[in-house]
Amino acid sequence: MRIGIPRESKAGETLVAATPKTASQLIGLGYEVVVESGAGLLADQPDAAYAEAGVTVVPADEVWESDVVVKVNAPTPAEIRTLRPQATVVSLMAPARSPELVERLHQAGVTALAMDAVPRISRAQSMDVLSSMANVAGYRAVIEAAHVFGRQFTGQVTAAGKVPPARVFVVGAGVAGLAAIGAAGAMGAVVRAFDVRPEVAEQVESMGAQFVTVDMEQEVSSDGYAKEMTAEQVAATAAMYDEEARNADIVITTALIPGRPAPVLVTADTVAGMANGSVIVDMAAANGGNCELTRADERVVTDNLVTILGYTDLAGRLAAQTSQLYGTNVVNLFKLLTPAKDGQLVLDLDDVVQRGITVTHGGELLWPPPPVQVSAAPAAAPVVAAEPVAPKPPPDPRRKVYAAALGAVLFAVLAAYAPGPFLNHFTVFVLAVFVGYYVISNVAHALHTPLMSETNAISGIILVGGILQVGSTNPAIAVLATAAVLVASINIFGGFLVTLRMLEMFRKD
Amino acid sequence: MSDFLTSDKLPGLVQAAYIIAAVLFIAALAGLSRHETAKRGNLAGMVGMGLALVATLLLAARRAELPDPLDHWRGLGSTLGVIVVAMLIGAAIGAWRARTVQMTGMPELVAILHSFVGLAAVLVGINSFLDPEAPTIGSLGTIHEVEVFIGVFIGAVTFTGSIVANLKLSAKMKSTPLALPGRHLLNLAIIVLSVALLVWFMNDHDHGIVPLLLMTALALALGFHLVAAIGGGDMPVVVSMLNSYSGWAAAAAGFLLDNDLLIITGSLVGSSGAILSYIMCKAMNRSFISVIAGGFGSDGAVSGEARDYGEHREIQAAEAAELLADATSVVITPGYGMAVAQAQYPVAELTARLRARGVDVRFGIHPVAGRLPGHMNVLLAEARVPYDIVLEMDEINADFASTDVVLVIGANDTVNPAALDEPGSPIAGMPVLEVWHARDVIVFKRSMATGYAGVQNPLFFKENSRMLFGDAKDRVEDIVRALPS
Repeated sequence: MRIGIPRESKAGETLVAATPKTASQLIGLGYEVVVESGAGLLADQPDAAYAEAGVTVVPADEVWESDVVVKVNAPTPAEIRTLRPQATVVSLMAPARSPELVERLHQAGVTALAMDAVPRISRAQSMDVLSSMANVAGYRAVIEAAHVFGRQFTGQVTAAGKVPPARVFVVGAGVAGLAAIGAAGAMGAVVRAFDVRPEVAEQVESMGAQFVTVDMEQEVSSDGYAKEMTAEQVAATAAMYDEEARNADIVITTALIPGRPAPVLVTADTVAGMANGSVIVDMAAANGGNCELTRADERVVTDNLVTILGYTDLAGRLAAQTSQLYGTNVVNLFKLLTPAKDGQLVLDLDDVVQRGITVTHGGELLWPPPPVQVSAAPAAAPVVAAEPVAPKPPPDPRRKVYAAALGAVLFAVLAAYAPGPFLNHFTVFVLAVFVGYYVISNVAHALHTPLMSETNAISGIILVGGILQVGSTNPAIAVLATAAVLVASINIFGGFLVTLRMLEMFRKD
Repeated sequence: MSDFLTSDKLPGLVQAAYIIAAVLFIAALAGLSRHETAKRGNLAGMVGMGLALVATLLLAARRAELPDPLDHWRGLGSTLGVIVVAMLIGAAIGAWRARTVQMTGMPELVAILHSFVGLAAVLVGINSFLDPEAPTIGSLGTIHEVEVFIGVFIGAVTFTGSIVANLKLSAKMKSTPLALPGRHLLNLAIIVLSVALLVWFMNDHDHGIVPLLLMTALALALGFHLVAAIGGGDMPVVVSMLNSYSGWAAAAAGFLLDNDLLIITGSLVGSSGAILSYIMCKAMNRSFISVIAGGFGSDGAVSGEARDYGEHREIQAAEAAELLADATSVVITPGYGMAVAQAQYPVAELTARLRARGVDVRFGIHPVAGRLPGHMNVLLAEARVPYDIVLEMDEINADFASTDVVLVIGANDTVNPAALDEPGSPIAGMPVLEVWHARDVIVFKRSMATGYAGVQNPLFFKENSRMLFGDAKDRVEDIVRALPS
């Protein structure tokens, strides 16, 4: 079968659906690939490079006659009309937000595969074009902000004075948000980030940013995308957005809700409260924007000199890179669609990935697909606990009671028959054991060796017994007592000195 | 002077000094709970000991000065002279040992010091029996006799037990467990015989010394046998257990001398040793009772089911140096092997060099690493490794997953994944340092032989672990040399 790569008709589009490198990989799958003349020019891919890779460079009408047409942007009505009846078209389609497009594709009887409808499951990551484009866009958002921002990102202490680091606040820790966090952090900024999904806090922190929390219960996402919040949550978060944005030099918003307009998170009031020279990059501009003052594809400067960038082509501004990534996603999709590697496209609607991206097929409308549960939310997935290995049966609680009762009876018998002085000593003994228990329980593990030598030293107190007996006129007693004094002194002096020696070695930086 | 010594105010003063000394001893142990207060604690202990000694000397002098119609006591001069000479000799020996002992030899020193306490308890106990002033009739007499008997018994067990521990630790005696047939019965028989001797002892006031000495001999044999039956690898528990015994021996001496200070000190030491043993036992997943009773860990080297873990892979010092230089976080888990090879100094230098390069180096210490509780900490402190990067197992276990390189230096059983993975393993259930979660693990080892527990270590065959064979000290020095400067 033949795959055609047309030039993008959308004004200002720089991307191309296949680079020479990815096109040759498609050829490797058994396809014949044709490309429209000049298709890759804006992505630094001249026709000659395609030709070198074995791709035929042809005029537009020949491309549209192909069995499969692979694009970046959704086909226009005119382009749909030029498609062959049984043709397959692959592109970004945003089918949830474009019912007219879906209907037109249905009418045309073509098979339409939406690259941006790949379910977010691990197996499909290699064709998740939204992730790969968002990654590039997040990076570029930081670059655009840095370009407009009048200061350096990194903090420095120089002979000409101290430069504070830029404070960046990133809203939404999806792929774009995380990429922005990484890029801003790498440039030396202090980055804070927020996301309505509390489970991404760890990812945010792993990128070196601080995760901002709102003190309220948040939902764990089950489909890998953020959901719109409840009214009560909004109130609490709005205050947080306001405070964070006012404290930041640069705000990058990436909040999107699939199939819905982007939520407004940064109000005009907040913008008015931001410092002069601050920058807002609204990555949700294409869907209405997260900032009230955003105008899509425009650079807005407010009265208090806050710059709001509403560029929707952030990924396209790194055309060569993004085209390569998009093309690779396409290749991965075709690997799935071409199980025999024979250039024959086989659509298996039982496969959850292929079903997910299929908008129309064989004259049937297949959108929307049944929902797919993804595993992006670790907390939500019930963790199957490993069967504990034969846990010891807990000791009978009555055993302790019996033991205590036995002890009490023994003690009572002892107390009844023992003379007074012994009981006094016994009281001291019991109390000392308990004091010892509590004192020793606190000793740090690192100090256990000094503890031992210390206790050794103080057990040398048994010397007292020897001293009192040395003066006996009974030679046997005197000799034994002298020996006791001698060995106990070794203990006392040896123990204390070696403890001291050890303790002096412990040091802290 | 003589008036002061014979005044009836003196015993009260001595008692007060004893109380203060007891409080200072408690303060000494409490001070050891943290590094910051440890030295102050040691000082408190010394002051307390000094106070108690002065008070006791006064008491001894008073006895010599008081009228002595029965001529039981010699004069002041000769009494004090003997005491001072004996103490000076003891002090000289003690100070000499304390100054010259190698930090790797700490376990032996601690063990031999325990034996001295035991010996002193035996001597004091027998003396107390011979003492003509001791009560011999009525319930006080009975109690006193029981106290003598128990005190001597515990003291004797501690004495020989500690000597055996010392010999095993210093490798002058084979560290393999001595397995006599029916050894549990043997121990039981000694205890039963001792009880019988106690009955004889209490009913025969004329020849009481005979059963007392017989029992002493039996108790000495028991102490020897108890510890001889325990393998060298379990010495941390044995040493702390003997520490506990020595405390109880001192407490028993306190009972028979009517001295509360001795009782307090003995109880403190006794519970201290017991808690330490308990901590060790938990760390090795063994029952406390079986350790206190002795003879544990003596079932010989049971190797688990023979199993093929595959091939281990080797690494050379130069390559290891490269790995370390490129790492951002390194954890070193030392074991007894580091002490044996005296590798703590090169390890400390390696640590300093890596830290100077900005590598985050930390130490993870298993509770039973070494032959004494806290042994590794002392060795690392000796080599001037700052103590705030030396962490306990619980503090570091969660961090291995984010660690680049783990150096396992002379540790084996304490890093054995079989403890967690193989329910049939002899060390199953023992908490271990989970080093295998790190990106790379380098194991320093002399050969592929098993550790003390005689269990093969699957860690060596894991994909991310490499073996660096040879003497730990030499190999670490090689790495330090190979580190790019």
